[in-house]
Amino acid sequence: MSFTILGTGSSLPGVMVTNDDLAKIVDTSDEWITARTGIKERRVLGGRLLEELAEEAAQQALSRAGLSAGKLDYIFCTTVRGDYATPSLAGIVGGRIGAHCPAMDLNAACAGFLYALDLADAFFKSGRAKNILIVSAEAMSRLADWTDRATCVLFGDGAGAAVVSSRGSGQLLTMRLRSQPNREILWAGAPRGNCPFGGQSEERSPYLHMNGQEVYKFAVRTVMEDAEQLLEETGLTAEQVDWYVLHQANRRILDAARSRLGQPKEKFPMILGETGNMSSACIPVLLDTMARKGCLKGGQLLFMSAFGAGLVSGSCLMRL
Amino acid sequence: MFEKIAKILAEYKGIDVSEVTMESSFADLGVDSLDAVELVMNLEDELGVTIEMNNQVQTVAELVKLVEESK
Repeated sequence: MSFTILGTGSSLPGVMVTNDDLAKIVDTSDEWITARTGIKERRVLGGRLLEELAEEAAQQALSRAGLSAGKLDYIFCTTVRGDYATPSLAGIVGGRIGAHCPAMDLNAACAGFLYALDLADAFFKSGRAKNILIVSAEAMSRLADWTDRATCVLFGDGAGAAVVSSRGSGQLLTMRLRSQPNREILWAGAPRGNCPFGGQSEERSPYLHMNGQEVYKFAVRTVMEDAEQLLEETGLTAEQVDWYVLHQANRRILDAARSRLGQPKEKFPMILGETGNMSSACIPVLLDTMARKGCLKGGQLLFMSAFGAGLVSGSCLMRL
Repeated sequence: MFEKIAKILAEYKGIDVSEVTMESSFADLGVDSLDAVELVMNLEDELGVTIEMNNQVQTVAELVKLVEESK
């Protein structure tokens, strides 16, 4: 059964925020942020809508795939939160690109794109679909607390997209999705509303709260456990992997994985220096960046892995 | 325990193990909060225990205490 990425796309908003800009609003510095995270700048939506970014990424992916929106069987949009609670961002994007297929949002935090790949694979295998558009669009700037120096420096906004198909010569060799519930170390609350009956639950802060040390530990352990398991399952080795496409949360996580895997730096592409952590959009934006540079070639072996609030994680081995 | 930690720390930072004392602070050794997690992970692997992170740990002595409390 084949599983091929026919085309990718990406879109970043125009407002750039540098580390020096952040140093003006919170107690931090370019030196601290760079050493701690590897991030130099990130983009934020500002007054723009996420649906615009999502559409741009989607249109590029369709164009590169040589597929019209009318041929799509499904649209999955991975996002922690769109411009609206409802309708879904997937439905809105579908309307904008002229698709006529079912559309739904999927929230698996930063692992959203991997979860969506798995879902697409299941649809292909059941014969329900042949061409699926995955759009990962995130406005993390709206979740970050811009008065909290520990978190606001980490995140950025962006959208990535991929048209995946059950035809072509690619293969999804194996996938591992996990959920290891632990709310305390990474969460952001949702609104309580104003219903006057039955009392009210405790107010939950709408901003992202994170225990950096525990999240780092979870991320590194998870990537390593998944890499070991998936390589063993497929009888492949770390050396045979051409690209380690990892969630762009923090350069230190990538360095830690690289050192434990004993693989060269060139195999670990990075965009986080310019984008920050865009949650589930990181991996498709990274894939599109690599595709535009001509880095991706048929037959290459990719290990992709992402991890996020939940705690959830998704890792796969894919043959292009 | 101190010897084990000193050895792991020295290797990790590429310094001489004699530079690590019980009183050494992480700041002195150039160990930031994520380095601290790396150290704890190395210790977890070596000792076969799970150690809960505590970001109040700022010196080698405090790290020794944290590890001993986890056993």
